[in-house]
Amino acid sequence: MSTQSDNQTVSSVKRSSGWVIFVFFLIGLIASLISGWIAFPKLLYSTRQQPIDFSHKVHMGVVSNGCQSCHYFRDDGSFAGTPTNAECESCHMYPMTSDPDENKLVEEYISENKEVPWLSYAEQPPCVFFSHAAHVKGSDMECATCHGDIGHSDSLREYQENRLTGYSRDIWGYNMLRMGEAKHGQRHKMNDCAACHLEETGSKGDCFQCHK
Amino acid sequence: MKIDRRCFLSLVIGGAVGTTLTPVPWKLTDDIAIWTQNWPWTPEPEEGPSVYKKSVCTLCNGGCGINVRTVRGKAKKIEGQADYPVNRGSLCPMGISATQDLYGPARIKSPMKRAGKRGEGKWEKISWEEAISTVSKKLAELRSREKPHTVACISESDRGTVAYLIDRFLKAYGSPNFIRTPSFQDSQELALYLTQGQQGTIGYDLENSDYILSFGCALLDGRGNAGRMFSAYAGFDKKVKLVQIEPRLSDTASRANTWIPARCGTEGALALGLAHVIVREKLYNKDFVENFSFGFQDWTDEAGKLHKGFSSLVKEYPPEKVAEITGIAGSKIESLARGFAGARRPVAVSGGFGQGSLDETLAINALNALVGNINRPGGIAAVSEPDYLSWSEMKIDKTASNGRKKPRADEAGSSRFPNTGHLLYRLPEVINSSSGDSPIQALLVAGGDPLYTMPDSDAARKAFDKIGFIASFSTYMDETARHADILLPNHQFLERYEDVPTPAGVPKRIIGLTRPVVRQQYDTLHIGDAFIRIAHNLGGFIENALPWKNYEEFLKKTLSNQWKTLEKQGYWVDPEFVIPSWDEAFHTPSGKYEFYPTERNNPSGKDADALPGFKTSGIPGDPEQMPLILIPYESIRIAGGAVGNPPFMTKTVDANVIKDEDVFVELNPKTAKEYGFSEGDTAILKTPAGRAKVRVHLFEGIMPGLAALPEGLGRKAFSDYIAGKGVNINSLLPEVAERGSGLNRCRATRASLTRA
Repeated sequence: MSTQSDNQTVSSVKRSSGWVIFVFFLIGLIASLISGWIAFPKLLYSTRQQPIDFSHKVHMGVVSNGCQSCHYFRDDGSFAGTPTNAECESCHMYPMTSDPDENKLVEEYISENKEVPWLSYAEQPPCVFFSHAAHVKGSDMECATCHGDIGHSDSLREYQENRLTGYSRDIWGYNMLRMGEAKHGQRHKMNDCAACHLEETGSKGDCFQCHK
Repeated sequence: MKIDRRCFLSLVIGGAVGTTLTPVPWKLTDDIAIWTQNWPWTPEPEEGPSVYKKSVCTLCNGGCGINVRTVRGKAKKIEGQADYPVNRGSLCPMGISATQDLYGPARIKSPMKRAGKRGEGKWEKISWEEAISTVSKKLAELRSREKPHTVACISESDRGTVAYLIDRFLKAYGSPNFIRTPSFQDSQELALYLTQGQQGTIGYDLENSDYILSFGCALLDGRGNAGRMFSAYAGFDKKVKLVQIEPRLSDTASRANTWIPARCGTEGALALGLAHVIVREKLYNKDFVENFSFGFQDWTDEAGKLHKGFSSLVKEYPPEKVAEITGIAGSKIESLARGFAGARRPVAVSGGFGQGSLDETLAINALNALVGNINRPGGIAAVSEPDYLSWSEMKIDKTASNGRKKPRADEAGSSRFPNTGHLLYRLPEVINSSSGDSPIQALLVAGGDPLYTMPDSDAARKAFDKIGFIASFSTYMDETARHADILLPNHQFLERYEDVPTPAGVPKRIIGLTRPVVRQQYDTLHIGDAFIRIAHNLGGFIENALPWKNYEEFLKKTLSNQWKTLEKQGYWVDPEFVIPSWDEAFHTPSGKYEFYPTERNNPSGKDADALPGFKTSGIPGDPEQMPLILIPYESIRIAGGAVGNPPFMTKTVDANVIKDEDVFVELNPKTAKEYGFSEGDTAILKTPAGRAKVRVHLFEGIMPGLAALPEGLGRKAFSDYIAGKGVNINSLLPEVAERGSGLNRCRATRASLTRA
């Protein structure tokens, strides 16, 4: 009988047991979790150090106008952003201390008339129009609200760049799944802007407010 | 333990489940979306402190003052210069988007010579030495054959230092053919000369007028000085009345207090009808007409012959007759005349599409004389060029002197058209009808894009094909440049120096300074330097005529008295310019304002041909075969002149003007119904000059029986952002020269519209 012979064939092949299959499932699961949570971020982001280690803490102690002493607004209301040699050399034309980083600034950049290639943590892509004046002057916001308490840091943290997009990691944030409420200065994607705008102004805003 | 296929599947499933619990899919989706939009060719604006630089825009002859915001040497934004005496801060979309012209794809990036057939678009990059020497050799060869008069030069302007330099070059070389591209200025300048005996432009004091009667002049659609008109319009109070006479509801008409749709081409008759009422009801300014005008009444010449005066002419245009011609009710004509003459500072403005006929311009101008607003606030005034271009006369050799005595190739100043200065539109007919060698052997295109802007494009192209050598100095790859043999690209206006004297229509005498606000982007050369170098190559008297090291030196020396002011404030206002009183203003043979222009070229000798009577609407074509009348219209969003739209501007054009590559012809719904068309239909538009595929747009703001197409489309060159879109309206308009003046009076043509 054909049915009998089929049954005989099936029972004669030795199959892997259920627990073996489960072990393989677990291996796949654990391997992908490890690679997704640990290897993937390391692969996705390249890490670089700033050209010069800068202490905000030291500088905050000697300037009179807080952050705006160096990160100032121009006369026309636009924001100067990261200081250029023109600002640094007003104090650091010659080394003031024996600090190796300060010496590097004077010798390699200011004396050579070369701008320091600072890496900007919060640099938005060019399609985004962001006005510091509207936030800092118009709404009296603190710098730390978006940038974190960088003003009291003694050292510049490493800069991570997304290999695919070329954006700083600060835009997406360090929390890979962007779960939970963003703490100050941790992420700068559009939804983060919108969340704050919704809370503060009652509206997420319109497309053309930022994407001109 | 047996490992089989099921274990492997389980591993994969475990991996897949695990992956969904990691950031990988979510993060990668977002990153890939961004990565696909990170195009390396997207320009990123420079960041840095803003530096504002004052200059003057020269994209058209409007001459608006601009303030350019630059960041680290890049031009980022162009704004109107708030205190500039022409535009007072306002600017048209063309000027605003000129940064796209500067950095855009239409630029010619280096001198080039033709490598394929004419117009094929194959070019070979050459050095400036080779470019200059090629042109010099060609010009030297024509001179050695005693044919300097076969060289012609086309320029967009005959004022300022660049035009002066080129004209001086041509004088020393021996060519009489400096040809300015046609515009509404032609008829206005001619009318000014015939009525007031003054060379110059008509300045309209629109800012101070309280009643502006515009005969089809696209004041707010980009005609003349768009920036100036925006500021003037913004400054009008409620008492100012703007009346727009036009067959189509343009932006100007929609913003006017009154819109009067008159039949196309009958504006001259309407002006005479208004004059009739003003004269009949004695509403004219008696002091001016009786004491400072000539030819108002019938008059007798030295030989004792009796001539008809202007008042007798207008008797032939009673409102009922004019109503029949124009389609405007007689009572409306009467009330319009009373409103115009009763205003405190009325002004009538001529200048519809194209050059305009002399008859019409004289008739409209006569309204200004009747109400005595000449040289009065809110009226019109003659504006001559400032006399800073007073370099000493130069010596020329015999070849040059013989060449200069030859008649001009465009027939301007000939016995046929003795009063007219420039007649570019005559050139194709002259060249095409000549047997043997073309009367023009070498053409230097120093400005304008004649192959695009000339009517009857086929005839123009045929004529250009007969010209042995064409050199273009254009900044952009326009249609004429495409058909040239050699390209000597000029700097874009944001990269060069140039003086801009009072633009036509402005009742002031000023000089503006165009100056480099960014560094030179490509391997271009200032057109002034190119002519100086060509002159130095030719040597002898020609070199001596242009003795300057370069254009900048020539400009600074020419404007030595004004230079400091120009550098500092960007413009200079002539303090000595005073508008003269009536007893000193007129330099005609009678010493008065001439209602009867005695100097007008009048071969028939009949009064009817000297006085600006209405003959016909002059629309070419057979009404039986072509029942519609096609008119062009100006739009502030489409540049109609030599320089085409930058991408920003094309973005602003509505989808019922251009859709994909198709242009829409506007039809009144009644007309559309009559011919069985509905919105969006494709049709073939035929005129005596050509045919084109169009689509239909129904528009209640256009008179029935008319069809309208925008200017500025249908370019075959320039850039991919504008080329190939729509139809060149100029190619559909035939050339119809007005008798006596030679001006192209064709602002409309008969047309037919059939299903495609």
